[in-house]
Amino acid sequence: MSVPEDPVADRLPDSLAVYWESDVVKIGATLAAVYLLYVVAGFLLGYGLSGQLNSLRRLTFLIVLYSIGALVVNLHWGYSGLFNIGVVGFMAVGVYTTTILTRPVAGQTPTGTLPGLGLPLPIAIVGGVLAAALVGYVAALPSLRLRDDYFAIVTLAFAEIIRITAKASELQEFTVFGTTLGTGGGRGIRTFPNPVNQFFEGTGAPVVDAVSGTVDGSLVAGWAFVLVLTGVLVCVLWMIVRLAGSPFGRVLKGIRDDEEATTALAKDTNSFKIRAFIIGSGILGFLGIIWQGSQGYISPGLFVPQLTFFIWIAVIIGGAGSNTGSIIGSILFVGTIYLGPGYVRRLIEEFVSLSGRAATFPDALAALAGGDVSGILLYTLDQTSALRVVLTGVLLIWLLKRRPDGLFGNRREMASSIDVESRVRDRQSSDATTGGEE
Amino acid sequence: MSEPTSGQRPLLEVESLHKSFGGITALDGVTFEVKSGTLTGLIGPNGAGKSTTFNAIGGILQPDSGTIRFSGEEITGESPDRIAGKGLVRTFQISREFRNMTVIENMMIAPTNQRGESALQSVTPGLREDVSEQEERIFERAWEMLELFDIDHLALENAGALSGGQRKLLELARALMLDPELLLLDEPFAGVNPTLEKTLIDRVETLRDEGHTFLLVEHDMDMIMDHCERVIVMHQGDTLLTGTPEEVQSEERVVEAYLGGSGV
Amino acid sequence: MIRQLTTGELTVALIASYLWRGLAYGLVIGLAGVGLSLTYDLLDFANFAHGDYITISAFVGWGVAYLVAGFGQFSPGSLLFLGVGGTVYPQDVGISVTAAPVAILVGLIIAALVGALLAVALDSAVYKSMRGAGNITLLIASVGVAFVLRYAAVFLFTQQTFGLTADSWSYEIGLPGGAVRITSASLLLIIVALVMMIAIHLLLTRTKLGKAMRAMGANQQLARVTGIPSEKIVRRTWLIGGALAGIAGFMIALLQGTINYQIGWTLLLLVFAGVIMGGIGSVYGAIVGGILVGLITRVSLIWIPASFTEATGFAVMILILLTRPAGIFGGDAT
Repeated sequence: MSVPEDPVADRLPDSLAVYWESDVVKIGATLAAVYLLYVVAGFLLGYGLSGQLNSLRRLTFLIVLYSIGALVVNLHWGYSGLFNIGVVGFMAVGVYTTTILTRPVAGQTPTGTLPGLGLPLPIAIVGGVLAAALVGYVAALPSLRLRDDYFAIVTLAFAEIIRITAKASELQEFTVFGTTLGTGGGRGIRTFPNPVNQFFEGTGAPVVDAVSGTVDGSLVAGWAFVLVLTGVLVCVLWMIVRLAGSPFGRVLKGIRDDEEATTALAKDTNSFKIRAFIIGSGILGFLGIIWQGSQGYISPGLFVPQLTFFIWIAVIIGGAGSNTGSIIGSILFVGTIYLGPGYVRRLIEEFVSLSGRAATFPDALAALAGGDVSGILLYTLDQTSALRVVLTGVLLIWLLKRRPDGLFGNRREMASSIDVESRVRDRQSSDATTGGEE
Repeated sequence: MSEPTSGQRPLLEVESLHKSFGGITALDGVTFEVKSGTLTGLIGPNGAGKSTTFNAIGGILQPDSGTIRFSGEEITGESPDRIAGKGLVRTFQISREFRNMTVIENMMIAPTNQRGESALQSVTPGLREDVSEQEERIFERAWEMLELFDIDHLALENAGALSGGQRKLLELARALMLDPELLLLDEPFAGVNPTLEKTLIDRVETLRDEGHTFLLVEHDMDMIMDHCERVIVMHQGDTLLTGTPEEVQSEERVVEAYLGGSGV
Repeated sequence: MIRQLTTGELTVALIASYLWRGLAYGLVIGLAGVGLSLTYDLLDFANFAHGDYITISAFVGWGVAYLVAGFGQFSPGSLLFLGVGGTVYPQDVGISVTAAPVAILVGLIIAALVGALLAVALDSAVYKSMRGAGNITLLIASVGVAFVLRYAAVFLFTQQTFGLTADSWSYEIGLPGGAVRITSASLLLIIVALVMMIAIHLLLTRTKLGKAMRAMGANQQLARVTGIPSEKIVRRTWLIGGALAGIAGFMIALLQGTINYQIGWTLLLLVFAGVIMGGIGSVYGAIVGGILVGLITRVSLIWIPASFTEATGFAVMILILLTRPAGIFGGDAT
């Protein structure tokens, strides 16, 4: 059995490398390292307890959400070879559907807000997930016989059509069959209240009061929501691990290796691909609901291709084909490239006294020509959001060239609902002993 | 070697298959039958259309005209997975193992009607236990088959790491996991060492005696002549003749076809 | 439609104006498509960074055009960066096709040069070492390149949308129900597009390189066997495709009168639509496909609200992919 190269395991002493084998340890250690980094950064920035907790809350929030997205991309790409670069479109369908379903009915609406169908949130969430799955079906059904790069173009075009539709002023508010509803168009739409926040405003208020002496009370609801999301992540992971470790996942693996050979084994490969695609699309719909939906307000600008690209890079960092890799990739992506530049900027601002201001690049260049480095530095610090994307692109190209299997290699996860490996080893070792006696 | 009882309907009937690729005729009236319980050879010089015929029978290729019947049922133009599901399974000239899967997974993927191929059953607690029960049985069968083919020691290797001969074994073993009625083998012994070849052909003959039917493309004439009951000769996209090995050997046209074709 | 015509909602002038705008828009898409189509065919991957070649060359081209037009009056830095931060406005520079033709022409040439150099440089920096890595790996790499370029543009120019030109000469042709306005920008665009197309035609039919490129389009496998796609041809294909992308970028900015960092990305899927319609690998197909996409998206305004213009183009592309993946002029879909 070939052991894929792993930069961490290679550098650890054998006694520790054994533990690194375990997925939980791997994820835990990576997370702990990133946490430590942020605590140190927070300390240097003079954050108090509340500040530290809030900084870690934001970090964890994003890690969990990116992980869910990465797990889906891994299900689509890593397991089934479906090149979906329209991730963000399915998220948009999920959250827009849920929002429109929950908005109060016209007439009951407080003035100035868009009416909807007035359904309770749980039903609306189911509706959002189903809508995303349905759009996944519509996108995948005709496209499966296309070459994989055409499939990619189709998924991207789908996502853009969805975004354009959400942005269209014609759908901002319209009446159909006597019901008035709308997407909010380019101006966006207010989403549903977050039930976790509502709980801590009502029944759970004593908890908030109890801690508000020591830390900022709003952290309670914030962290509680992060814990709920972590629960969601665990459920998604549990589901995908079971899917992958099953005859269903085995056929997907076969399709990815050689689709024609899989059909020669009497498998209706299209059916498997469609099902995998729909399951992933539904989860993405749910991701949109708990991510953008939980922020109180959505607009088409949130669902740009850049987000798809970020989720993809998390998968590629960890190595396509591995669920553990997808989660570790998400931790590393959020911890370094996504949030890192902002912290670096604050740290520099804290410890390096920079004078002056460069509003534009030519200003910065002019200052530089005059021998003043701080201008260009300041300008660069102001542009962290752009630099973050540039950095991601460079990292992506580097990874593809140097480590196409991701940082941790393409780890093999056996596709069966039973522990085939230990059964095989049992038989092989008993064969070996009987063979030795002869 | 006893002739199969006449009057019984042939298992596979191929009738005047035509196929051309942009002006180049690949199949030009291929017609033959394969009787149940036989080991039939399909020979012909390179470019005679043997693999194209296999692809047409297996459903990968749509013939322009002609019919293919399996167990009396027309299967022309059906999708490859449905044809395989009916019990007509094929292997490929260049073995198509799943490179990034272990040998044992390659075997376990094959059986049809696996409960765990339903996403819902695989995930839902309670239902998954049924899946695992079936998985145990599939594993047992896969293991027996691996032992039979003497590649059980490779069970945890990635199939891509196997030697050419081992891959041929794996592909044959994997096809047999489907328990096919008719197995189309496209050069199953190419690149296999003589000892292994002997083992393989023994397995095939045993299975034939158990009632399986084989249609075999092979270049090794001695192999065909020694082991097949019937031989079909193809030349330039058409079936030249069908007969017993003796009949085929004595036929001058066959010699001409080979000499004129590629000089084997 | 006929009902709309008779009721006067839809006038001849309106249709003519949609067609005229569609043609101009389509020519840009077609020019941009030539390079995408050629490299898609030659290297077998969809270059998602092509749209951002358009963006970068358009920015640099227009920066230089500003520099030429406003040289001496304003600081070179402000001019090169299109007055980012509100230091220079188009009216200050007085730039337009009629008022500063030299500046526009110089900018156009620079845009072509930048496009060509960028394409070649990125090929040797990124794609060259990945030849044969598989079409999806290359596609992902090109997505990486695309984001690097797009956000490099954001870094330099911010996310601001720049107005580019001052008012300039235009001519109105009176038609029943209104008039079609022919702007100097669209006239220039059509002239440039025609010149480029004649140049491409001559290149393809009169030069050895062109013949080799056509041979690849006609029979890829044969060309592979005879060893035509040498690195030299690959490089020259990037050079030509990049230059045309640069010209397309400069012209689309001129046509719209504005530029921002998403200008090429917005165009990219429509360019893909044109290329796929015309059949990947076909130069003439890319141009005709581009013109068709331009016409479809504009003429669809008769039935479909303007917010969905691009969505219409994408939907048509999806339909083409599903029904005729080899392009509407292609024969066998294999």
